[in-house]
Amino acid sequence: MRILVCIKRVPAPGAKIVLTGDAQAIDTKLLSFTISPHEECAVEEAVQIAETHDGTVTVLTLGPPEAEEQLRSSLAVGAHAAVLVPTDGFDWDPISTAAAIASAIEQLEAGGQFDLILFGNESADSGGYQVGIRVAHSLGRPIVSGIKDIEVEEEALRLRRDTPTGSEIYEIPRPAVVAVREGINLPRYPTLKGRLNAKKILVKTVERERIGSGQQMEMLVTPPQDVTETAILGDGAGAAAAVVDLLEELQVMQS
Amino acid sequence: MTHDRGRLEESSLQGLTLARFLAESLGIGLHAALIGEEADGLARVLSGYGVITTHLAHHDGLADYSPVAWGAVLSQLAEHLQPVSVIGTGTDRGNEVMAHLGAITGLPMVANCREVDPSGDDWDITRTRWGGSLLEKTTLQAPVKLLTVSEHSIEATRADATAEMTTEIFTPDLDQHHLVTRVVDRVTMAEGVTLATSPVVVSGGRGVASPEGFAPLEELADLLGGVVGCSRVVTNNGWRPHSDQVGQTGTVVAPDLYIACGISGAIQHWVGMMASKTILAINTDMEAPMVTKADYAVLGDLHEVVPAIVEEVKRRVAG
Repeated sequence: MRILVCIKRVPAPGAKIVLTGDAQAIDTKLLSFTISPHEECAVEEAVQIAETHDGTVTVLTLGPPEAEEQLRSSLAVGAHAAVLVPTDGFDWDPISTAAAIASAIEQLEAGGQFDLILFGNESADSGGYQVGIRVAHSLGRPIVSGIKDIEVEEEALRLRRDTPTGSEIYEIPRPAVVAVREGINLPRYPTLKGRLNAKKILVKTVERERIGSGQQMEMLVTPPQDVTETAILGDGAGAAAAVVDLLEELQVMQS
Repeated sequence: MTHDRGRLEESSLQGLTLARFLAESLGIGLHAALIGEEADGLARVLSGYGVITTHLAHHDGLADYSPVAWGAVLSQLAEHLQPVSVIGTGTDRGNEVMAHLGAITGLPMVANCREVDPSGDDWDITRTRWGGSLLEKTTLQAPVKLLTVSEHSIEATRADATAEMTTEIFTPDLDQHHLVTRVVDRVTMAEGVTLATSPVVVSGGRGVASPEGFAPLEELADLLGGVVGCSRVVTNNGWRPHSDQVGQTGTVVAPDLYIACGISGAIQHWVGMMASKTILAINTDMEAPMVTKADYAVLGDLHEVVPAIVEEVKRRVAG
Protein backbone atom coordinates (compact mmCIF):
# COMPACT_ATOMS: atom_id res chain seq x y z
CA MET A 1 0.00 0.00 0.00
CA ARG A 2 1.57 3.28 -1.13
CA ILE A 3 0.10 6.34 0.52
CA LEU A 4 0.73 10.03 -0.15
CA VAL A 5 -0.36 12.79 2.25
CA CYS A 6 -0.49 16.44 1.18
CA ILE A 7 -0.04 18.93 4.01
CA LYS A 8 0.21 22.70 4.43
CA ARG A 9 2.36 24.80 6.74
CA VAL A 10 0.21 27.40 8.51
CA PRO A 11 0.88 29.85 11.34
CA ALA A 12 -0.55 29.14 14.80
CA PRO A 13 -2.16 32.52 15.38
CA GLY A 14 -3.16 32.36 19.06
CA ALA A 15 -5.89 34.78 20.10
CA LYS A 16 -5.41 37.73 17.75
CA ILE A 17 -4.41 37.97 14.11
CA VAL A 18 -1.93 40.76 13.30
CA LEU A 19 -1.26 41.60 9.65
CA THR A 20 1.95 42.72 7.97
CA GLY A 21 2.20 46.41 7.02
CA ASP A 22 1.25 45.76 3.39
CA ALA A 23 -1.74 43.59 4.47
CA GLN A 24 -0.55 40.75 2.23
CA ALA A 25 -0.04 38.21 4.98
CA ILE A 26 -0.30 37.48 8.69
CA ASP A 27 2.61 38.92 10.64
CA THR A 28 4.35 35.75 11.77
CA LYS A 29 7.39 37.30 13.46
CA LEU A 30 6.15 36.16 16.86
CA LEU A 31 4.27 33.04 15.77
CA SER A 32 5.13 29.40 15.51
CA PHE A 33 4.00 27.26 12.60
CA THR A 34 2.13 24.00 12.46
CA ILE A 35 0.52 21.53 10.08
CA SER A 36 -3.06 22.53 9.28
CA PRO A 37 -5.18 20.47 11.77
CA HIS A 38 -7.14 18.30 9.32
CA GLU A 39 -3.87 17.38 7.61
CA GLU A 40 -2.17 16.51 10.89
CA CYS A 41 -4.88 13.85 11.18
CA ALA A 42 -4.34 12.83 7.55
CA VAL A 43 -0.69 12.07 8.37
CA GLU A 44 -1.71 10.02 11.42
CA GLU A 45 -4.33 8.14 9.38
CA ALA A 46 -1.79 7.34 6.68
CA VAL A 47 0.73 6.07 9.26
CA GLN A 48 -1.94 3.89 10.91
CA ILE A 49 -3.05 2.42 7.58
CA ALA A 50 0.58 1.79 6.60
CA GLU A 51 1.19 0.03 9.93
CA THR A 52 -1.72 -2.39 9.47
CA HIS A 53 -1.40 -2.88 5.69
CA ASP A 54 2.35 -3.03 5.25
CA GLY A 55 2.56 0.31 3.51
CA THR A 56 4.75 3.32 3.00
CA VAL A 57 3.83 6.94 3.60
CA THR A 58 5.16 9.86 1.60
CA VAL A 59 4.30 13.36 2.75
CA LEU A 60 4.26 16.29 0.32
CA THR A 61 3.91 20.00 0.84
CA LEU A 62 3.78 23.00 -1.43
CA GLY A 63 5.18 25.92 0.51
CA PRO A 64 8.24 27.99 1.39
CA PRO A 65 11.54 26.20 2.09
CA GLU A 66 10.74 26.57 5.82
CA ALA A 67 7.88 24.08 5.32
CA GLU A 68 10.57 21.42 5.65
CA GLU A 69 9.84 21.79 9.39
CA GLN A 70 6.33 20.37 8.85
CA LEU A 71 7.69 17.59 6.63
CA ARG A 72 10.15 16.66 9.41
CA SER A 73 7.30 16.62 11.96
CA SER A 74 5.46 14.15 9.73
CA LEU A 75 8.56 11.99 9.35
CA ALA A 76 8.96 12.04 13.14
CA VAL A 77 5.53 10.43 13.61
CA GLY A 78 6.10 7.67 11.08
CA ALA A 79 6.08 8.94 7.49
CA HIS A 80 8.84 7.36 5.39
CA ALA A 81 9.62 9.95 2.71
CA ALA A 82 9.07 13.68 2.18
CA VAL A 83 8.73 15.94 -0.84
CA LEU A 84 8.86 19.74 -0.94
CA VAL A 85 7.38 21.70 -3.86
CA PRO A 86 8.93 25.09 -3.07
CA THR A 87 7.11 28.41 -3.49
CA ASP A 88 8.33 31.98 -3.23
CA GLY A 89 6.69 32.22 0.20
CA PHE A 90 3.40 33.69 -1.01
CA ASP A 91 0.20 31.69 -0.83
CA TRP A 92 -0.61 30.28 -4.27
CA ASP A 93 -4.18 30.32 -5.58
CA PRO A 94 -6.01 26.95 -5.54
CA ILE A 95 -5.67 26.27 -9.28
CA SER A 96 -1.89 26.88 -9.24
CA THR A 97 -1.50 24.84 -6.06
CA ALA A 98 -3.49 21.89 -7.40
CA ALA A 99 -1.73 21.94 -10.80
CA ALA A 100 1.71 21.91 -9.18
CA ILE A 101 0.79 19.13 -6.75
CA ALA A 102 -0.87 16.98 -9.45
CA SER A 103 2.14 17.36 -11.72
CA ALA A 104 4.56 16.58 -8.86
CA ILE A 105 2.50 13.44 -8.07
CA GLU A 106 2.77 12.30 -11.69
CA GLN A 107 6.54 12.61 -11.45
CA LEU A 108 6.63 10.73 -8.11
CA GLU A 109 4.42 7.97 -9.53
CA ALA A 110 7.12 7.05 -12.02
CA GLY A 111 8.27 4.93 -9.08
CA GLY A 112 4.83 3.33 -8.61
CA GLN A 113 1.27 4.57 -8.27
CA PHE A 114 -0.08 5.76 -4.92
CA ASP A 115 -3.03 3.58 -3.86
CA LEU A 116 -4.30 6.35 -1.63
CA ILE A 117 -3.74 10.11 -1.59
CA LEU A 118 -4.90 12.00 1.50
CA PHE A 119 -5.68 15.69 1.89
CA GLY A 120 -7.17 17.73 4.73
CA ASN A 121 -10.72 18.89 4.08
CA GLU A 122 -9.67 22.54 3.95
CA SER A 123 -6.60 24.46 5.05
CA ALA A 124 -6.83 26.35 8.34
CA ASP A 125 -5.73 29.64 6.80
CA SER A 126 -7.03 30.19 3.26
CA GLY A 127 -9.79 27.54 3.43
CA GLY A 128 -10.45 27.20 -0.33
CA TYR A 129 -12.09 23.74 0.03
CA GLN A 130 -10.85 22.55 -3.37
CA VAL A 131 -7.18 21.63 -3.83
CA GLY A 132 -7.71 17.90 -3.17
CA ILE A 133 -10.74 17.83 -5.47
CA ARG A 134 -8.85 19.52 -8.30
CA VAL A 135 -5.90 17.15 -7.90
CA ALA A 136 -8.23 14.11 -7.96
CA HIS A 137 -9.92 15.26 -11.17
CA SER A 138 -6.58 16.00 -12.75
CA LEU A 139 -5.37 12.45 -11.92
CA GLY A 140 -8.72 10.93 -12.98
CA ARG A 141 -9.37 9.40 -9.53
CA PRO A 142 -12.45 9.47 -7.31
CA ILE A 143 -12.50 11.73 -4.23
CA VAL A 144 -14.82 12.18 -1.29
CA SER A 145 -14.29 15.04 1.19
CA GLY A 146 -15.08 15.52 4.88
CA ILE A 147 -14.19 11.94 5.84
CA LYS A 148 -14.11 10.85 9.51
CA ASP A 149 -13.38 7.13 9.06
CA ILE A 150 -11.50 5.04 6.50
CA GLU A 151 -11.76 1.26 6.27
CA VAL A 152 -9.39 -0.36 3.82
CA GLU A 153 -11.08 -3.24 2.00
CA GLU A 154 -9.74 -5.67 -0.60
CA GLU A 155 -9.89 -3.29 -3.56
CA ALA A 156 -11.98 -0.45 -2.22
CA LEU A 157 -12.23 2.08 0.59
CA ARG A 158 -15.24 2.35 2.85
CA LEU A 159 -15.57 5.95 4.04
CA ARG A 160 -17.74 7.70 6.62
CA ARG A 161 -18.73 11.33 6.57
CA ASP A 162 -20.66 12.85 9.49
CA THR A 163 -23.57 15.17 8.77
CA PRO A 164 -25.78 17.16 11.16
CA THR A 165 -28.30 14.27 11.21
CA GLY A 166 -26.06 11.20 11.11
CA SER A 167 -23.45 9.74 8.77
CA GLU A 168 -23.08 8.97 5.07
CA ILE A 169 -21.16 5.91 3.92
CA TYR A 170 -19.23 5.88 0.64
CA GLU A 171 -17.42 3.03 -1.04
CA ILE A 172 -14.88 3.97 -3.69
CA PRO A 173 -12.36 1.90 -5.65
CA ARG A 174 -8.61 2.42 -5.34
CA PRO A 175 -6.56 4.27 -6.39
CA ALA A 176 -8.45 7.08 -4.74
CA VAL A 177 -8.15 10.46 -3.10
CA VAL A 178 -9.76 11.21 0.29
CA ALA A 179 -10.01 14.54 2.13
CA VAL A 180 -10.28 13.96 5.89
CA ARG A 181 -11.40 16.01 8.86
CA GLU A 182 -9.94 16.38 12.32
CA GLY A 183 -11.46 13.78 14.66
CA ILE A 184 -10.80 10.84 12.31
CA ASN A 185 -8.10 9.91 14.85
CA LEU A 186 -6.03 11.37 17.65
CA PRO A 187 -2.58 12.20 16.24
CA ARG A 188 0.33 10.76 18.20
CA TYR A 189 3.19 12.83 19.55
CA PRO A 190 6.62 12.19 18.07
CA THR A 191 9.04 10.11 20.12
CA LEU A 192 12.68 11.09 20.56
CA LYS A 193 13.64 8.13 18.37
CA GLY A 194 11.15 9.31 15.76
CA ARG A 195 12.66 12.78 15.75
CA LEU A 196 16.17 11.41 15.38
CA ASN A 197 15.12 9.14 12.52
CA ALA A 198 13.38 12.04 10.80
CA LYS A 199 16.64 13.99 10.68
CA LYS A 200 18.32 11.27 8.64
CA ILE A 201 15.78 11.27 5.82
CA LEU A 202 16.56 13.37 2.76
CA VAL A 203 13.74 15.68 1.71
CA LYS A 204 13.23 15.50 -2.03
CA THR A 205 12.56 18.76 -3.88
CA VAL A 206 10.30 18.93 -6.94
CA GLU A 207 10.27 22.33 -8.67
CA ARG A 208 7.06 23.54 -10.27
CA GLU A 209 6.04 26.89 -11.78
CA ARG A 210 3.04 28.83 -10.56
CA ILE A 211 0.62 28.78 -13.50
CA GLY A 212 -1.70 31.46 -12.07
CA SER A 213 -5.45 31.83 -12.45
CA GLY A 214 -8.18 34.47 -12.54
CA GLN A 215 -8.38 34.48 -8.76
CA GLN A 216 -6.06 37.10 -7.33
CA MET A 217 -5.77 37.91 -3.63
CA GLU A 218 -5.49 41.72 -3.18
CA MET A 219 -5.21 42.20 0.55
CA LEU A 220 -6.23 40.89 3.95
CA VAL A 221 -8.48 42.77 6.34
CA THR A 222 -9.15 42.05 10.00
CA PRO A 223 -12.91 42.26 10.55
CA PRO A 224 -14.16 44.94 12.94
CA GLN A 225 -14.31 43.60 16.49
CA ASP A 226 -17.32 44.24 18.63
CA VAL A 227 -15.98 45.85 21.77
CA THR A 228 -17.57 44.08 24.70
CA GLU A 229 -17.73 45.54 28.16
CA THR A 230 -17.24 42.47 30.32
CA ALA A 231 -19.37 42.52 33.46
CA ILE A 232 -17.45 40.88 36.30
CA LEU A 233 -19.87 38.83 38.39
CA GLY A 234 -17.44 38.18 41.22
CA ASP A 235 -14.46 36.17 42.46
CA GLY A 236 -14.34 32.44 43.06
CA ALA A 237 -17.14 30.37 44.63
CA GLY A 238 -18.65 33.53 46.09
CA ALA A 239 -19.81 34.52 42.59
CA ALA A 240 -22.25 31.58 42.39
CA ALA A 241 -25.30 33.56 43.50
CA ALA A 242 -24.68 36.30 40.91
CA VAL A 243 -24.16 33.65 38.20
CA VAL A 244 -27.44 31.92 39.04
CA ASP A 245 -29.21 35.30 39.03
CA LEU A 246 -27.94 35.64 35.47
CA LEU A 247 -29.10 32.11 34.58
CA GLU A 248 -32.57 33.00 35.86
CA GLU A 249 -32.59 36.25 33.93
CA LEU A 250 -31.62 34.40 30.74
CA GLN A 251 -34.34 31.82 31.46
CA VAL A 252 -32.04 28.87 30.98
CA MET A 253 -32.89 27.26 34.35
CA GLN A 254 -34.91 24.08 34.05
CA SER A 255 -37.92 24.36 36.33
CA MET B 1 -29.47 24.87 -4.23
CA THR B 2 -27.94 22.53 -1.67
CA HIS B 3 -30.28 19.94 -0.19
CA ASP B 4 -30.17 16.49 1.33
CA ARG B 5 -32.67 14.12 -0.30
CA GLY B 6 -35.19 16.92 -0.64
CA ARG B 7 -34.40 18.75 2.61
CA LEU B 8 -33.16 22.23 1.76
CA GLU B 9 -30.05 23.52 3.54
CA GLU B 10 -31.27 26.75 5.09
CA SER B 11 -28.22 28.68 3.96
CA SER B 12 -29.11 27.88 0.33
CA LEU B 13 -31.66 30.68 0.56
CA GLN B 14 -28.95 33.06 1.77
CA GLY B 15 -26.88 32.22 -1.30
CA LEU B 16 -29.96 32.61 -3.47
CA THR B 17 -30.57 36.06 -1.97
CA LEU B 18 -27.03 37.22 -2.79
CA ALA B 19 -27.48 35.77 -6.30
CA ARG B 20 -30.67 37.81 -6.72
CA PHE B 21 -28.90 41.04 -5.70
CA LEU B 22 -26.18 40.32 -8.28
CA ALA B 23 -28.72 39.48 -11.01
CA GLU B 24 -30.64 42.70 -10.25
CA SER B 25 -27.54 44.87 -10.34
CA LEU B 26 -26.47 43.26 -13.65
CA GLY B 27 -30.00 43.37 -15.10
CA ILE B 28 -30.06 39.65 -15.87
CA GLY B 29 -32.31 36.72 -14.97
CA LEU B 30 -31.90 34.44 -11.96
CA HIS B 31 -32.06 30.67 -12.51
CA ALA B 32 -31.93 27.96 -9.86
CA ALA B 33 -30.95 24.30 -10.07
CA LEU B 34 -32.34 21.46 -7.98
CA ILE B 35 -30.52 18.16 -8.37
CA GLY B 36 -32.47 14.89 -8.06
CA GLU B 37 -36.21 14.25 -8.29
CA GLU B 38 -36.59 14.26 -4.51
CA ALA B 39 -35.88 18.00 -4.58
CA ASP B 40 -38.69 18.86 -7.06
CA GLY B 41 -40.97 19.96 -4.21
CA LEU B 42 -38.50 22.68 -3.21
CA ALA B 43 -39.21 24.64 -6.43
CA ARG B 44 -42.28 26.13 -4.71
CA VAL B 45 -40.05 27.64 -2.03
CA LEU B 46 -37.77 29.25 -4.61
CA SER B 47 -40.50 31.10 -6.49
CA GLY B 48 -40.65 33.76 -3.76
CA TYR B 49 -36.96 34.54 -4.11
CA GLY B 50 -37.00 36.07 -7.59
CA VAL B 51 -36.10 32.95 -9.60
CA ILE B 52 -37.43 33.02 -13.16
CA THR B 53 -36.66 29.40 -14.02
CA THR B 54 -35.84 26.46 -11.80
CA HIS B 55 -34.06 23.58 -13.53
CA LEU B 56 -34.93 20.16 -12.15
CA ALA B 57 -32.10 17.72 -12.88
CA HIS B 58 -33.58 14.24 -13.22
CA HIS B 59 -31.55 11.06 -13.58
CA ASP B 60 -31.77 7.57 -12.04
CA GLY B 61 -28.29 8.07 -10.63
CA LEU B 62 -29.30 11.15 -8.64
CA ALA B 63 -31.50 9.38 -6.06
CA ASP B 64 -28.80 10.02 -3.49
CA TYR B 65 -25.89 12.40 -3.20
CA SER B 66 -22.71 11.97 -5.22
CA PRO B 67 -20.31 14.94 -5.20
CA VAL B 68 -18.82 14.16 -8.62
CA ALA B 69 -22.27 13.68 -10.20
CA TRP B 70 -23.59 16.93 -8.72
CA GLY B 71 -20.57 18.82 -10.05
CA ALA B 72 -21.08 17.23 -13.47
CA VAL B 73 -24.79 18.18 -13.51
CA LEU B 74 -23.86 21.80 -12.81
CA SER B 75 -21.17 21.84 -15.49
CA GLN B 76 -23.61 20.46 -18.09
CA LEU B 77 -26.30 22.89 -17.03
CA ALA B 78 -23.80 25.76 -17.25
CA GLU B 79 -22.86 24.61 -20.73
CA HIS B 80 -26.55 24.76 -21.65
CA LEU B 81 -27.41 28.10 -19.98
CA GLN B 82 -24.11 30.00 -20.43
CA PRO B 83 -24.51 31.90 -17.14
CA VAL B 84 -22.40 34.83 -15.95
CA SER B 85 -21.97 33.14 -12.60
CA VAL B 86 -22.79 29.94 -10.72
CA ILE B 87 -23.34 30.49 -7.01
CA GLY B 88 -23.40 27.80 -4.34
CA THR B 89 -23.78 27.47 -0.61
CA GLY B 90 -20.80 27.89 1.71
CA THR B 91 -21.49 24.65 3.57
CA ASP B 92 -19.49 21.42 3.47
CA ARG B 93 -21.69 20.03 0.72
CA GLY B 94 -22.01 23.32 -1.19
CA ASN B 95 -18.28 23.96 -1.19
CA GLU B 96 -17.62 20.36 -2.20
CA VAL B 97 -20.00 20.45 -5.18
CA MET B 98 -18.74 23.83 -6.39
CA ALA B 99 -15.12 22.64 -6.10
CA HIS B 100 -16.03 19.69 -8.35
CA LEU B 101 -17.61 22.14 -10.78
CA GLY B 102 -14.41 24.20 -10.71
CA ALA B 103 -12.28 21.10 -11.27
CA ILE B 104 -14.44 19.86 -14.17
CA THR B 105 -14.54 23.25 -15.93
CA GLY B 106 -11.04 24.41 -14.99
CA LEU B 107 -12.54 27.67 -13.70
CA PRO B 108 -11.49 29.33 -10.44
CA MET B 109 -13.93 28.85 -7.53
CA VAL B 110 -13.95 31.36 -4.70
CA ALA B 111 -15.21 29.75 -1.48
CA ASN B 112 -17.07 31.46 1.37
CA CYS B 113 -17.73 34.92 -0.07
CA ARG B 114 -19.35 37.61 2.06
CA GLU B 115 -19.60 40.54 -0.35
CA VAL B 116 -19.49 40.65 -4.15
CA ASP B 117 -19.20 43.74 -6.35
CA PRO B 118 -20.01 42.68 -9.94
CA SER B 119 -19.78 46.17 -11.51
CA GLY B 120 -16.48 45.61 -13.38
CA ASP B 121 -15.38 42.83 -15.75
CA ASP B 122 -13.46 41.44 -12.81
CA TRP B 123 -15.52 41.01 -9.70
CA ASP B 124 -14.32 42.40 -6.37
CA ILE B 125 -15.01 39.87 -3.67
CA THR B 126 -14.58 39.75 0.09
CA ARG B 127 -14.21 36.20 1.38
CA THR B 128 -13.51 34.65 4.76
CA ARG B 129 -10.32 32.98 5.98
CA TRP B 130 -9.51 31.30 9.29
CA GLY B 131 -13.13 30.31 9.84
CA GLY B 132 -14.24 33.95 9.61
CA SER B 133 -11.67 35.67 11.84
CA LEU B 134 -9.88 37.16 8.85
CA LEU B 135 -11.23 38.63 5.59
CA GLU B 136 -9.57 38.54 2.20
CA LYS B 137 -10.23 40.96 -0.65
CA THR B 138 -9.85 39.16 -3.91
CA THR B 139 -10.53 39.83 -7.59
CA LEU B 140 -12.07 37.20 -9.81
CA GLN B 141 -11.57 37.20 -13.54
CA ALA B 142 -13.32 34.33 -15.33
CA PRO B 143 -15.81 33.79 -18.17
CA VAL B 144 -18.14 32.14 -15.63
CA LYS B 145 -17.68 33.22 -12.03
CA LEU B 146 -17.93 30.36 -9.54
CA LEU B 147 -18.39 31.21 -5.90
CA THR B 148 -20.00 30.04 -2.68
CA VAL B 149 -21.65 32.31 -0.15
CA SER B 150 -20.40 32.17 3.43
CA GLU B 151 -23.11 30.98 5.84
CA HIS B 152 -24.94 33.75 7.73
CA SER B 153 -23.09 36.53 5.89
CA ILE B 154 -26.38 37.64 4.37
CA GLU B 155 -29.98 37.34 5.53
CA ALA B 156 -32.30 35.35 3.26
CA THR B 157 -35.00 37.72 2.02
CA ARG B 158 -37.82 37.25 -0.46
CA ALA B 159 -38.06 39.34 -3.63
CA ASP B 160 -40.42 42.36 -3.54
CA ALA B 161 -42.09 41.60 -6.84
CA THR B 162 -42.40 37.94 -7.64
CA ALA B 163 -42.63 37.17 -11.32
CA GLU B 164 -44.07 33.89 -12.50
CA MET B 165 -41.49 31.12 -12.11
CA THR B 166 -41.25 28.30 -14.62
CA THR B 167 -39.69 24.88 -14.09
CA GLU B 168 -37.78 22.90 -16.68
CA ILE B 169 -36.59 19.31 -16.54
CA PHE B 170 -32.89 18.92 -17.30
CA THR B 171 -31.53 15.47 -18.13
CA PRO B 172 -27.80 15.27 -17.51
CA ASP B 173 -25.51 12.75 -19.16
CA LEU B 174 -24.05 10.70 -16.32
CA ASP B 175 -22.10 7.46 -16.30
CA GLN B 176 -20.55 5.13 -13.74
CA HIS B 177 -17.54 7.42 -13.32
CA HIS B 178 -19.83 10.15 -11.95
CA LEU B 179 -21.70 7.80 -9.65
CA VAL B 180 -18.76 5.99 -8.07
CA THR B 181 -18.77 8.53 -5.21
CA ARG B 182 -22.47 8.02 -4.45
CA VAL B 183 -23.67 7.52 -0.86
CA VAL B 184 -24.18 3.75 -0.45
CA ASP B 185 -25.46 3.67 3.12
CA ARG B 186 -26.47 5.93 5.99
CA VAL B 187 -26.46 5.90 9.75
CA THR B 188 -29.11 8.11 11.33
CA MET B 189 -28.41 9.66 14.69
CA ALA B 190 -30.90 9.40 17.54
CA GLU B 191 -33.03 12.53 17.81
CA GLY B 192 -32.14 14.81 20.67
CA VAL B 193 -30.18 17.84 21.71
CA THR B 194 -26.82 18.01 19.98
CA LEU B 195 -23.85 20.27 20.49
CA ALA B 196 -24.81 22.18 17.33
CA THR B 197 -28.40 22.81 18.43
CA SER B 198 -28.27 22.99 22.24
CA PRO B 199 -29.49 26.29 23.77
CA VAL B 200 -26.83 26.05 26.49
CA VAL B 201 -23.24 24.85 26.11
CA VAL B 202 -20.99 24.38 29.15
CA SER B 203 -17.52 24.19 27.69
CA GLY B 204 -14.15 23.33 29.20
CA GLY B 205 -10.59 24.05 28.15
CA ARG B 206 -7.05 23.45 29.32
CA GLY B 207 -8.00 24.69 32.79
CA VAL B 208 -10.20 21.63 33.38
CA ALA B 209 -6.92 19.66 33.45
CA SER B 210 -8.28 16.09 33.24
CA PRO B 211 -11.16 13.94 31.93
CA GLU B 212 -12.53 13.69 35.50
CA GLY B 213 -12.46 17.48 35.78
CA PHE B 214 -15.45 17.60 33.43
CA ALA B 215 -17.83 15.98 35.97
CA PRO B 216 -19.07 19.29 37.48
CA LEU B 217 -19.44 20.74 33.94
CA GLU B 218 -21.58 17.71 33.01
CA GLU B 219 -23.71 18.26 36.09
CA LEU B 220 -24.21 21.95 35.35
CA ALA B 221 -25.06 21.20 31.71
CA ASP B 222 -27.67 18.64 32.84
CA LEU B 223 -29.24 21.12 35.24
CA LEU B 224 -29.52 23.71 32.45
CA GLY B 225 -30.76 21.29 29.78
CA GLY B 226 -27.54 21.85 27.85
CA VAL B 227 -24.56 19.85 26.67
CA VAL B 228 -20.84 19.86 27.36
CA GLY B 229 -18.38 21.18 24.81
CA CYS B 230 -14.63 21.66 24.89
CA SER B 231 -11.66 23.32 23.20
CA ARG B 232 -9.16 21.74 20.84
CA VAL B 233 -6.48 21.25 23.49
CA VAL B 234 -8.94 19.02 25.37
CA THR B 235 -9.57 16.72 22.40
CA ASN B 236 -5.87 16.71 21.49
CA ASN B 237 -5.12 15.49 25.02
CA GLY B 238 -7.78 12.80 24.65
CA TRP B 239 -9.83 14.11 27.60
CA ARG B 240 -13.03 14.32 25.51
CA PRO B 241 -14.08 12.89 22.12
CA HIS B 242 -13.62 15.12 19.08
CA SER B 243 -17.42 15.26 18.67
CA ASP B 244 -17.45 17.56 21.73
CA GLN B 245 -15.00 20.04 20.21
CA VAL B 246 -16.25 23.57 19.56
CA GLY B 247 -14.16 25.46 17.02
CA GLN B 248 -12.93 25.93 13.48
CA THR B 249 -12.11 22.24 13.07
CA GLY B 250 -14.90 21.01 15.34
CA THR B 251 -18.52 22.10 15.67
CA VAL B 252 -19.67 25.69 15.19
CA VAL B 253 -22.28 26.61 17.82
CA ALA B 254 -24.55 29.59 18.48
CA PRO B 255 -26.37 28.85 21.77
CA ASP B 256 -28.33 31.30 23.93
CA LEU B 257 -25.67 30.85 26.61
CA TYR B 258 -22.07 29.71 26.30
CA ILE B 259 -20.20 29.08 29.54
CA ALA B 260 -16.45 28.94 28.87
CA CYS B 261 -14.63 27.28 31.78
CA GLY B 262 -10.85 27.56 31.75
CA ILE B 263 -10.72 28.42 28.04
CA SER B 264 -8.21 31.09 27.02
CA GLY B 265 -9.97 31.92 23.75
CA ALA B 266 -7.63 31.16 20.84
CA ILE B 267 -8.99 32.06 17.41
CA GLN B 268 -9.52 28.40 16.54
CA HIS B 269 -12.02 28.20 19.42
CA TRP B 270 -13.47 31.71 19.24
CA VAL B 271 -14.71 31.37 15.64
CA GLY B 272 -16.65 28.27 16.70
CA MET B 273 -18.70 30.05 19.39
CA MET B 274 -18.54 33.81 18.68
CA ALA B 275 -22.17 33.76 17.49
CA SER B 276 -23.39 32.78 21.00
CA LYS B 277 -26.00 35.23 22.32
CA THR B 278 -24.46 35.46 25.80
CA ILE B 279 -20.95 34.40 26.80
CA LEU B 280 -19.95 33.76 30.41
CA ALA B 281 -16.25 33.12 31.04
CA ILE B 282 -14.90 31.45 34.18
CA ASN B 283 -11.14 31.88 34.33
CA THR B 284 -8.28 32.60 36.71
CA ASP B 285 -6.69 34.97 34.20
CA MET B 286 -8.43 38.31 33.86
CA GLU B 287 -6.37 39.08 30.75
CA ALA B 288 -7.41 35.90 28.87
CA PRO B 289 -8.96 36.88 25.52
CA MET B 290 -12.07 34.84 26.37
CA VAL B 291 -12.57 36.96 29.51
CA THR B 292 -12.04 40.29 27.75
CA LYS B 293 -14.42 39.31 24.92
CA ALA B 294 -17.12 37.73 27.13
CA ASP B 295 -20.31 39.47 28.23
CA TYR B 296 -19.87 38.21 31.80
CA ALA B 297 -16.94 36.79 33.71
CA VAL B 298 -16.17 35.14 37.01
CA LEU B 299 -12.57 35.35 38.13
CA GLY B 300 -11.53 32.19 39.85
CA ASP B 301 -10.68 28.53 39.66
CA LEU B 302 -13.36 26.69 37.72
CA HIS B 303 -12.89 23.69 40.05
CA GLU B 304 -14.33 25.83 42.85
CA VAL B 305 -16.66 28.07 40.88
CA VAL B 306 -18.55 25.43 38.83
CA PRO B 307 -19.46 23.17 41.81
CA ALA B 308 -20.62 26.28 43.71
CA ILE B 309 -22.89 27.24 40.77
CA VAL B 310 -24.22 23.66 40.65
CA GLU B 311 -25.09 23.79 44.37
CA GLU B 312 -26.76 27.20 44.02
CA VAL B 313 -28.85 26.06 41.04
CA LYS B 314 -29.95 22.94 42.95
CA ARG B 315 -30.81 25.00 46.02
CA ARG B 316 -32.99 27.42 44.03
CA VAL B 317 -34.69 24.69 41.98
CA ALA B 318 -35.49 22.80 45.21
CA GLY B 319 -36.63 25.98 46.97
